[in-house]
Amino acid sequence: MNEKLFKYKLYVKNNNDVSFTPETLAKIQTIISHYPDGQHKSALIPILHIAQEELGGSLNVDIMDYVAGLLNITPIEVYEVATFYSQFYIDPVGKYVIEVCQTGPCAICGGEDIMNYLEEKLKIKVGETTGDKLFSLKAVECLGACGSAPVMQVNTEFHEFLDMQKIDEIIAKLRNESELTKPEELTWKERLS
Amino acid sequence: MFKVTIDNKSIEVEPGTTILQAARMIGGDVVPPAMCYHSELKNSGGKCRTCMVKVSQGSEKDPRPMPKLVASCSTEVMDGMVVQNITSPEVVEARKAVAEFLLINHPLDCPVCDQAGECDLQNLSYENGSNASRFEEEKRTYEKMDIGDLIQFHPNRCILCYRCVYAADQLTENRVHGVLYRGEKSEISTFIHQAIENDFSGNMIDVCPVGALTDKTFRFKNRVWFLKPMDAHRSCSKCSGKAAVWFRGDEVYRVTGRKDIYGEVHDFICNECRFEKKNSADWIIEGPRKIESYSVINQNHYKNIVIPSVINPIKETME
Amino acid sequence: MERKIILENIEIDGIRLLEVYRENGGYKSIEKALKTMTPDEVVAEVKTSGLRGRGGAGFPTGMKWSFIDKKSGNPRYLVCNADESEPGTFKDRYLLEHIPHRLIEGMICSAYALGANKAYIYVRGEFKSIIGILNEALKECYKAGLLGKNILGSGYDLDLHVHTGAGAYICGEETALLESLEGKRGNPRLKPPFPAIKGLYGCPTVVNNVETLANIGWIVNNSGEEYAKIGIGRSTGTKLISACGNINNPGVYEIELGLPVEEFIYSDKYCGGVKGGKELKAVIPGGSSVPILPKNLILNTLAGEKRLMSYESLSEGGFITGSMLGSGGFIVYDEDACIVRNTYNFSRFYHHESCGQCSPCREGTSWLESVLHRIENGQGKMKDIDLLVSIASKIEGNTICPLGDAAAWPVAAAVRHFRSEFEFHVLHPEIVKNVKHGSLEKYLEIPVLTAE
Repeated sequence: MNEKLFKYKLYVKNNNDVSFTPETLAKIQTIISHYPDGQHKSALIPILHIAQEELGGSLNVDIMDYVAGLLNITPIEVYEVATFYSQFYIDPVGKYVIEVCQTGPCAICGGEDIMNYLEEKLKIKVGETTGDKLFSLKAVECLGACGSAPVMQVNTEFHEFLDMQKIDEIIAKLRNESELTKPEELTWKERLS
Repeated sequence: MFKVTIDNKSIEVEPGTTILQAARMIGGDVVPPAMCYHSELKNSGGKCRTCMVKVSQGSEKDPRPMPKLVASCSTEVMDGMVVQNITSPEVVEARKAVAEFLLINHPLDCPVCDQAGECDLQNLSYENGSNASRFEEEKRTYEKMDIGDLIQFHPNRCILCYRCVYAADQLTENRVHGVLYRGEKSEISTFIHQAIENDFSGNMIDVCPVGALTDKTFRFKNRVWFLKPMDAHRSCSKCSGKAAVWFRGDEVYRVTGRKDIYGEVHDFICNECRFEKKNSADWIIEGPRKIESYSVINQNHYKNIVIPSVINPIKETME
Repeated sequence: MERKIILENIEIDGIRLLEVYRENGGYKSIEKALKTMTPDEVVAEVKTSGLRGRGGAGFPTGMKWSFIDKKSGNPRYLVCNADESEPGTFKDRYLLEHIPHRLIEGMICSAYALGANKAYIYVRGEFKSIIGILNEALKECYKAGLLGKNILGSGYDLDLHVHTGAGAYICGEETALLESLEGKRGNPRLKPPFPAIKGLYGCPTVVNNVETLANIGWIVNNSGEEYAKIGIGRSTGTKLISACGNINNPGVYEIELGLPVEEFIYSDKYCGGVKGGKELKAVIPGGSSVPILPKNLILNTLAGEKRLMSYESLSEGGFITGSMLGSGGFIVYDEDACIVRNTYNFSRFYHHESCGQCSPCREGTSWLESVLHRIENGQGKMKDIDLLVSIASKIEGNTICPLGDAAAWPVAAAVRHFRSEFEFHVLHPEIVKNVKHGSLEKYLEIPVLTAE
């Protein structure tokens, strides 16, 4: 098996209807207004953050084409950007995306052990999603919190000075919360405008 | 006018001229190779790093040398600039490095590649490559991707020069492919299932410096060095109609744009001319194309070729 | 000597809020700059201060400002680089989280000096909470008339907005940041033209680091001359150092430039010594991109002088026996740290973060990672060590942006100072396979080599 074979699948447009709520659309107009006239493409990354959060946790072709339409740019311009930045997920992910920092300072403070423990606990490997679609586990590079290593983020919520016990608590809390409606305090939309 | 000296040869050029353009005006050995720059495509260049040169004097006014090697395709000349290309060991070393980097993941499948014989990377590695590879890892490979009936796409051979992206952007109305993902995993792709089809998509084949984008209608039909390219034209409503038509005997095997000695096409042709006019009656033949004497395409085809002056002394000695 | 400029008053409860910040002397510089000084006078003060870019390169800020094209007639932009992603660096995050108004105050003065009426703060996407904090702070400022039209009745207008990235280290490079701000892939641009001539939307633009801009308020209030008195030689002022790794007190410290490295590592006011009473093995003083130095060379220069926390002292000896102050990401390794594994780890980082635009970086970073992966896993050969040095030297200087250099330097330095450890990995694959962390010297009789 050639492990360097990059299997990029070509994606399919399902022509599902996707759209933001009127409230979100108004927020997006505010964000676009932050940039000079004619430079609305600048709002692409902020809008993709909102789209990913509000339209199902990842970006599929329908969502990206919808965003392209909103900004009046070609779909390929959105695909190019969405695949470049590591915070955008093209393939479906679980409700909670756990991203564990693996870079130097975290690694020497036990980041690798944290990852092993999570793999064991969630019974999945890095890059996989649990069967109940609750957790996805990802290895990421430096999160900029090296002073509180090891760190991880769950849907951009930081967790610092991790150890096995803390991991147990966080996972248990998320399992409980997932039965409630919305766990996070502030959304991208609210933070960005 | 700015005076610029490249490898001890001087020329006066307009302000705004790049070092590469100035070198091409001088011609010969002082011209750095270029894989990603294409003079007809805006914003192209700077990426492959094969054309890097040393600026040993910035200008007459500020004679300090530039601290790093610069990409000659995107650095404008200054008055009194002194540039070293092959006279600088540093430049030769860097070019070898770039050739090595471009080749480590490039399949060495020239014997089955349609681009062989007219491939910029093949030429670059012939001049700057080493005989053995130091790369022991497995090469990067991609799954095959079908982008339509006219263009054959081999992602493994792509060197990410971005020329086809600029061509699609600037020659066609709706670009549907681009560079996706990041870093070593970058690739040219359409992302969704779709063919790249529009009147000028075939030019992506001509601007591709390697065998990543080749003519599907010519695939495995013949070797370029068995063919005889002729300058020919026809009246076409979509494009200039100025093309190179590749014959074997009386049969037309393929039609391409007319590449100059730097592999650049200046008159882009439409897909009708390229893919549909494969009958010699479709074309008005102007005469055989001038091919550089070193090109394999030249072998055994033309008589009375002019041997460049550099070779003359050797020839004389031999005689 | 304790000297607080950027983190002054950070201990005060509620300093994140505009009201508290103003009660403690905040935004005085705006009044002074906008009402009593011309833009050129502000630039002159910054030049006099000797302030140097705090993002890593250390370029004099006043000089960078003076390059901005004022003749073109195009609008000018100020962009704050808050895309802090250099491994080992977390100073800007700390500053923005606790005292966001320090940055905004500095940005208003700076934008005024540059004649910019629009400014952006580019925050990395992972700092979602910081984006919220900044937007709250900006709203407060708009309400108080510190931003928007006719600021404090001075006739000067400024719009300041937050922009977010989405996970790409390369966007910390200023031209990649501008591309990203324009809604494109973060591919660095070819330079020249520099952003001061053609930056954001093709207009003259200055991009400065968060910490750099946070200094400007103080300089306006107290004059550039006063600022230049702080620090040592051409390293004026204070610097935020984010200390992490195997130390007792990881965290962000504001130090006066010129503090001895030894004091910074061992004093209880700062790092508090190596964790667990272990021996110090090595330090990366300025974020993962700068060369690693073994204990003897980080504490003293080759000439035997005490190494100081300053741009000049840390780079004393060039890349043979010196390093760089860089972004101030101070990573400390104890005696048990495995340098090979650490180097592999950073190589993986640069491989992952390379934008893939130019060939030496795209191909070279992946090659470095593969070779280091082999050595780390006990499948390396002796010639692989020289191969690493060779690949690194072929990437360095041949790329569009400094990421190529940043990927090459740590590898070259690790092999230079810790070659024996690489050789150990090659010679003792059976031990390496089992020992993931820990000093390999304990298995060896030979001492660590130093470059002499």
